[in-house]
Amino acid sequence: MVAIPKESWSGKIKEIAFGATDDEGGTRDKKLLLGGETTLPFLAFEGKVSRPAIGMEVIDHVGDDYPHIIIDEIGDVIKDPVAWARACVDVHGADFICLKLLSTNPEEANVSAEDAASLVSTVLAQVKAPLIIQGSGDYEKDARVMELCGDAAKGERCLLSRAEQDGYKSIAVAATANGHDVVAFSNIDVNIAKQLNIMLTEFGVPVDHIVSDPLMAGIGFGMEYAYSAMERIKLAGLVGDKMLQSPMIADISVAWSAKEAYRVDAKLGDERERAIFWEVASALAALMAGANALILRHPKSVAITRKVVDELTG
Amino acid sequence: MPMTALDIFKLLAKKNCGECGVPTCLAFAMMLANKQTELTKCPYVSPEVVQQLESSASPPMRTVTVGDLEIGGETELFRHEKKFFNQTAYAVVIEDDSDNESIAERAKKLDAMKYERIGIISGVDLIAIKSKGDAQRFSEVVTLVKENSGLPLVLMSDDPQVVEAGLKVVSKAKPLIYAGNANNCAALAKLARQYACPVALYSDDVDELVSLSEIAKSEGADDIVLDLNLGAKPLRDALEWLTILRRLSVKKLFRPLGYPIMLNVDNGADVETQAIRATLGTLKYASLIIFGDLDAARLYPLTTLRTNIFTDPQALIQVNPGLYDIGKPDRNSPVIVTSNFSLTYFTVASDIEASKVPARLLVVDTEGLSVMTAFAADKFTPETIAQALEEYKVAEKVDHRKLIIPGMIAMLKMKLEELTGWEVIVGVKDSSALPKYLKELASG
Repeated sequence: MVAIPKESWSGKIKEIAFGATDDEGGTRDKKLLLGGETTLPFLAFEGKVSRPAIGMEVIDHVGDDYPHIIIDEIGDVIKDPVAWARACVDVHGADFICLKLLSTNPEEANVSAEDAASLVSTVLAQVKAPLIIQGSGDYEKDARVMELCGDAAKGERCLLSRAEQDGYKSIAVAATANGHDVVAFSNIDVNIAKQLNIMLTEFGVPVDHIVSDPLMAGIGFGMEYAYSAMERIKLAGLVGDKMLQSPMIADISVAWSAKEAYRVDAKLGDERERAIFWEVASALAALMAGANALILRHPKSVAITRKVVDELTG
Repeated sequence: MPMTALDIFKLLAKKNCGECGVPTCLAFAMMLANKQTELTKCPYVSPEVVQQLESSASPPMRTVTVGDLEIGGETELFRHEKKFFNQTAYAVVIEDDSDNESIAERAKKLDAMKYERIGIISGVDLIAIKSKGDAQRFSEVVTLVKENSGLPLVLMSDDPQVVEAGLKVVSKAKPLIYAGNANNCAALAKLARQYACPVALYSDDVDELVSLSEIAKSEGADDIVLDLNLGAKPLRDALEWLTILRRLSVKKLFRPLGYPIMLNVDNGADVETQAIRATLGTLKYASLIIFGDLDAARLYPLTTLRTNIFTDPQALIQVNPGLYDIGKPDRNSPVIVTSNFSLTYFTVASDIEASKVPARLLVVDTEGLSVMTAFAADKFTPETIAQALEEYKVAEKVDHRKLIIPGMIAMLKMKLEELTGWEVIVGVKDSSALPKYLKELASG
């Protein structure tokens, strides 16, 4: 008989609650538990595994450059973020929504923080899945947007995104004041991921309120760097580095920045099928590297990825 | 793990009899460690020691050559620990009961399923010819496929007579024999030795696979590929076993399983399901995958992922320096300077693309360093930029004389202007601001 080699790791990935139901003072119809595994992805023969959550992106205002292959599938609701979010959950089975408030960017439409917060309130009232609230990436504006949106979502245990090394305090305050979680964003760098977790916890964010986003890259656009960074973070956490034990989230929407994924080119096959598989392959790479939550764009990618996750955790 | 002379010396009889032709056992051990002599020259060495020394000398996973393609030879569980050596090879099936015309056509089509992406050509690597049981027909089809494709082959049949009929036609091209099982393992292993071709072994059960591997080796087959039927198992079992097998070979140095692992994902599943299995297999530990069918819409993303995963993490990834068109630039389109670190290039190129402003990207040879690192290392200087401007004949392609440099190296502006006579515009510090910057630039 062949002896099966099993690893037993001394560390464990933190289990983070995302979304609050009514017994916890929120109004979500379920809460997700991200992380909590004691071994590498899906290796149930030697430890506890965790089922990754699959969420979908909703943007407050979709610009002209949004891929038509996604617009065609989502349909007209894409013009209304509330209807879009509802469709993601009710029709496409998303576990959570990542609401990206890109219009608040002062260099774009410069929508006010008040309006953004009112959108968040409406989404929370009409869609009962856990919610990520993501700013536009403009530090100054995001500070105000997160403050108001965090208030508007008080008690719902949302994920506020994203805290970065150069700007984490305002978002950390917005989260701790209202019981939210924080997405700690590092740019494909294990050391920065760790450093940021240390800074956030020293600043007062409880470690069980932090989810790491080490920046997943799509295939063909630096995926291998992101893959290895995530794999190294996961391994370091399992070996026992307490500041690298946060569950990881991977935003796969970046896969769509590769125009070759869906440009019309007969030699490369049907562009719709290709685009979907480009997103799925990027998602699977993130899962194998240890992602505990994925943000996807195309409903078909969501369906395929869910089926794979079912089979991997079945 | 190669043993040192001292490690080997400890295992020898220490008689210093000189019968091996060397005066002392220590000297003999030193020659062994340097592979200058062979252990069989010592009459007093025990069979256990022979085995121990042999296994220490061979790599944890054998590298197997199919045609001109090397598979296996892996030493790591994670690519960041060193690298993954030989990328997962993709084979697609042709069945021998189709008519000749469609077989020839399919062979040509598979041969042509390859794509060039940033200078790397990648696609279908092998054709797997699957027999329906008739030796004569198999031999005809092998000939036919060979005439229409230069790809290495897999000969798929359980029947030694059928396999031999194929081998007689193509053994010089070193096809992979697929596959030996509990009934035919010895016979196929003999053929593998006789024709000097690699052989795959198949079993649903790991212990049986170990015995098959031992039988094949004792029959003289050295180049072995293993199939634990993981292409047909639920994904969770497949991933677990792929991990277990890799650990057994590279961590436990378990010899009977120290061979490349293959997946046959051709189980009547649709193209998408096969491609998903192959994606996981490429990420985690499969050295060869046989597909029933594969289309360009899946193969192109799959080969892209494969190239990523098998990239050497130690090597800085560079793109070739040069002048790249983004969109369809005309003679008035802006010229933007960046480094040739591949991540920098991808980021900048995709941000320019997002701006929808056609532009030319002048990629300077910074030896694969990013903008700031290259600047600090004196690889991104007025001189190197001026040289690139000259070398890629930028002045011949545009009517203006304006150069946009990264905001982070604004300090080069004056010197660069002096050196080139071009107007140097200090651009954005972070590539993500490029879309807005270029749109504003374009609208004046």
